[in-house]
Amino acid sequence: MKNIKILGSGCANCRNTYALVEAVAKEKNVAVSIDKVEDFPSIAAYGVMSTPGVVIDGTVVHSGGVPSREKVESWF
Amino acid sequence: MSEVSVSPAQRTKSSVFGWTGVLVLASFAWIAIYSHLTDFADAVIGALGLTRNTRLGEAIHFFSYDTPKVLMLLIGIVFVMGIVQTFFVPERTRALLTGKRLGIGNVLAATLGIVTPFCSCSAVPLFIGFLSAGVPLGVTFSFLISAPMVNEVALVLLFGMFGWKVAGLYLALGLLVAIVSGLVIGALGMERHLEDWVRALQTGEAHPPNGVSMSWVERFESGWAHVRQIVGKVFPYLLAGIGLGAAIHGYVPEDFMASLMGHDAWWAVPVAVVLGVPMYSNAAGIVPVIEALIGKGAALGTVLAFMMAVIALSAPEMIILRKVLKPRLIAIFAGVVAAGILMVGYVFNAVF
Repeated sequence: MKNIKILGSGCANCRNTYALVEAVAKEKNVAVSIDKVEDFPSIAAYGVMSTPGVVIDGTVVHSGGVPSREKVESWF
Repeated sequence: MSEVSVSPAQRTKSSVFGWTGVLVLASFAWIAIYSHLTDFADAVIGALGLTRNTRLGEAIHFFSYDTPKVLMLLIGIVFVMGIVQTFFVPERTRALLTGKRLGIGNVLAATLGIVTPFCSCSAVPLFIGFLSAGVPLGVTFSFLISAPMVNEVALVLLFGMFGWKVAGLYLALGLLVAIVSGLVIGALGMERHLEDWVRALQTGEAHPPNGVSMSWVERFESGWAHVRQIVGKVFPYLLAGIGLGAAIHGYVPEDFMASLMGHDAWWAVPVAVVLGVPMYSNAAGIVPVIEALIGKGAALGTVLAFMMAVIALSAPEMIILRKVLKPRLIAIFAGVVAAGILMVGYVFNAVF
């Protein structure tokens, strides 16, 4: 099961990214556990400088802006 | 059903071609429409049976002229900036700033603040990312001050409403405030006023810059996405601002603002700055109001100082920064920037 973390402090882009990732995972029938990481110390620890950021199984796959649908689909 | 298979290279080539064609056509249409905006506004009030001599007619004319004009400027410039920003992702900006000496670093940071994508919710991660890579505190602050204040929306709107001289001076003075404030803060040696967890931070492996290898189609798409995002976000503020501006334009008597915010009211600049700091808006909502105020006699420096204070310093931003900065540093940050903006206000009033 993929462990996904959405990094962001609560602005609209972060919420949209969360919703998008959740929707695509559901469409593709991939088992995922999605967490929202909102505290800055943890976000900084990943080395992410622009939120929203997406971390899958410990690797940062995206940072900055809402990822395009194609990009999200390519992760599954 | 059989699929026609097109090689990725062919698909990309036709995409670039398609994009370029669309952009060329769009540019022509843009120029054609932009040069006929006054005619459009005249037509609107004509259709409503009004003339510009009445207050209502004047207000509606202002509204019909300004709304499409600002929208078009916004779309054009934000699209271009969206593309420019794909060349300057934060990771690259950080790499450019690491190890630069104080002085040069501040100038570079302030300049990069204009072209690096910056969303206020990323302010903290970005701040930390810079610091942990060894970018000096003062240099980081120069970036943090310039990025929200000297942004393309503000510059476009100022250009559209006041011409290139005002926009250019705003750009130059905005950079100056960012550079000098960053130098002052750096010189004060405020590192020990960072929150403890920030100073103790060991960041993970830096995420490699992902803007370097984008194709042109991806850059165009990114520009367009940027337009949709910014215009969508800004549009309600813009309408509200223009609406308010139109009301002022039509209904406030001439020179009314001169007594309150005019050249002779030297105390107007500090008051404008003090009023602006706790307020938060984006440039799009404020500039149309400013234009109307100036039309009624307010001094340019006073209203621009107000605008800078509103955009560059805001209560929400201070609250967010509180997570990484101790109160003393936040106070100094706000104080130094406010002082800079104050000086900008006086300079503008003196020059214009």
